[in-house]
Amino acid sequence: MDFKAYKGVWVFIEQKDDVVASVSLELLGAGRKLADKRGVELAGILIGENVKHLTKTVFEYGADTVYVYDQPIFQHYRTETYMKALLDCTEKHKPEIILFGATSTGKDLASAVATDLPTGLTADTTELDVEEETGLLLASRPAFGGNIMATILCKKYRPQMATVRAKVMKALTPQPGRTGKVVEETIFLKEEDIRTKVLEIVKETVKKVRIDEADIIVAGGKGLGSLEGFQLIHQFAQTIGGAVGASRDVVEAGWIDHAHQVGQTGVTVTPKIYFAIGISGAIQHIVGMRNSGLIIAINKDKDAPIFQSCHYGIVGDAFEIVPILIEQFQKALSRETVSNTSNGC
Amino acid sequence: MLHIVASIKQVPDTKIIKMNPKTNTMDRRTAPAILNPYDSHAVEEAVRLKKRYGGIVSVVTMGPPPAVTAIKKCIEIGADEGYLITDRRFAGADTLATSYAVTKAIEKIAKTRPIDLIICGKMSIDGDTGQVGPGIARRLDIPPLTSVNKVVEINKEEGYAIVHRKLEDGYEVIRSTLPCLFSVEKTINEVPYSPLPNMIKAARYQPHIWSVDDLEDVDIKQLGLKGSPTIVSKVWAPPKPAGGTFLEGNPREQVEQLLSIVLDKKELFQHKGGI
Ligand SMILES: Cc1cc2nc3c(=O)[nH]c(=O)nc-3n(C[C@H](O)[C@H](O)[C@H](O)COP(=O)(O)OP(=O)(O)OC[C@H]3O[C@@H](n4cnc5c(N)ncnc54)[C@H](O)[C@@H]3O)c2cc1C
Ligand SMILES: Nc1ncnc2c1ncn2[C@@H]1O[C@H](COP(=O)(O)O)[C@@H](O)[C@H]1O
Repeated sequence: MDFKAYKGVWVFIEQKDDVVASVSLELLGAGRKLADKRGVELAGILIGENVKHLTKTVFEYGADTVYVYDQPIFQHYRTETYMKALLDCTEKHKPEIILFGATSTGKDLASAVATDLPTGLTADTTELDVEEETGLLLASRPAFGGNIMATILCKKYRPQMATVRAKVMKALTPQPGRTGKVVEETIFLKEEDIRTKVLEIVKETVKKVRIDEADIIVAGGKGLGSLEGFQLIHQFAQTIGGAVGASRDVVEAGWIDHAHQVGQTGVTVTPKIYFAIGISGAIQHIVGMRNSGLIIAINKDKDAPIFQSCHYGIVGDAFEIVPILIEQFQKALSRETVSNTSNGC
Repeated sequence: MLHIVASIKQVPDTKIIKMNPKTNTMDRRTAPAILNPYDSHAVEEAVRLKKRYGGIVSVVTMGPPPAVTAIKKCIEIGADEGYLITDRRFAGADTLATSYAVTKAIEKIAKTRPIDLIICGKMSIDGDTGQVGPGIARRLDIPPLTSVNKVVEINKEEGYAIVHRKLEDGYEVIRSTLPCLFSVEKTINEVPYSPLPNMIKAARYQPHIWSVDDLEDVDIKQLGLKGSPTIVSKVWAPPKPAGGTFLEGNPREQVEQLLSIVLDKKELFQHKGGI
């Protein structure tokens, strides 16, 4: 294999309903660093129907080039069609690295493409780096249920591929007006030859909780004792306008829905403030919240590991502390509102 | 008559695993081996489809000899046949080499009884990638359908399947030609306690055991560690954060300190959005 023929860092641009997925923007940020270190181009690969205008966003977030496949056959994501486009593009333009968001679509597509190429694929990466000289991608991820971290290499094949967890990498601040090269590609695919058909897309009517978008999260753990005890978390969250998070044990106990679970098998969150109340701080929980701006832990066991991962800790009983917190916050926040109004904001 | 193959894996129970802090390796003695929890749902779904449409459920796995126990667990759930491929030459396989070996086993199973459907779990709790299922589908050149959380219909006569695939904000209804491969979500079903006759059957059951030499057209270079493009170069314990400051005093005093810290950043309570 002639490694020199493979050049450039690519990011698969996931899009839906006319918006670029935030994980793709984060990956452009991460990809930019890799590309600069290697002195190569950063490209986005955009597949869909009526998506060409999204290239603007992709450039603003750091890409030099965008490869676009804009055809009706790509209206809905399907493994078969998207895979063919990506394989076509890879064969033509030979990147050294391709990054995908570790979303269900990103993982589905990456697994299929890696098998056909064939090449190595690292799943659920949380740290990325590249060797400047060799271009070897250093993709690190938690392994064995988060008990260890492992760096995975793909020495003998190109391109090197990885799926990367959302909310771990940082998007660049977009530069309005920044542009680059659009490379329009087409691939000849006949609908009759495609073995899968999307019959219907059903949006769940109840608005899905997206705790990963919250600025403040109040998360509760098994220490709340019971479903009734856990209501304290809801009360506090409501008082300060935060979202409710939970540990896995709480979700498994059925106190709250899985959508609220923070951690390795739940959501990764980066709020400005994260309260961990009655949570022991198992590594699988920590990996999902450690990048939060300000972490405050309340636990009655002074040796609980959560205190190793917080900025401020209170050793105490949640049932004593949190009611006082609620009361004090209510006072403080109503004062805020009053002064805000008087300031005319 | 459907022939459904569930691809399963025996895994260490990572929930109660202990790590050796010096070597950062897993202490296998502390980790009992179990059937990958996601795969129990794959087998359960295969068994339900068998009950609905009639047919046979086979399970296949690549692993060390003790993986027979995981196959027996599948027989308890209601599978009919089990196949274990085991050989030193399979050892050290990453997802690409695993999907290659399992595909070779599936091709051999298909020789005696053509396969209509393959079902995998969403992911294994030790490999934790979800890549093996789509990999098998690509190698067999059949459509991979991941994130399946409901099977609407299997129609063997007309050669199609209709399923729901879970999406971030709902689901899609998708139709695929048969044969195809599903990777199933845990929410697709609940695995009930196994009925006694199945337990008795499982206790006596002896799976088919194949080595590399029992498989056909195998390219040895694509197996095990040698056939794996990815390698683990380094393992380390996840970084321990420095730890925070304890707030002192009685509960009221603690709360007051906390409040002054938090409200000091009061813009946080007003800031909305971000990208
Ligand atoms: C593969 C794998 C994936 C996992 N993924 C996740 C994940 O995504 N997210 C996750 O959270 N976990 C995950 N876990 C589970 C994780 O290992 C822990 O078991 C879990 O986080 C513990 O939840 P907890 O802290 O609520 O409960 P516990 O560990 O039981 O801790 C309860 C804490 O509450 C304190 N407490 C008790 N009473 C009070 C009181 N009155 N006031 C204040 N404090 C009190 C106790 O001191 C204790 O520290 C995963 C595990 C595995 C193996
Ligand atoms: N060694 C194996 N033998 C058979 N099937 C496997 C094996 N490893 C993984 N699988 C299947 O692939 C799925 C995804 O596994 P993974 O890619 O390891 O997360 C599992 O749920 C199984 O259905």
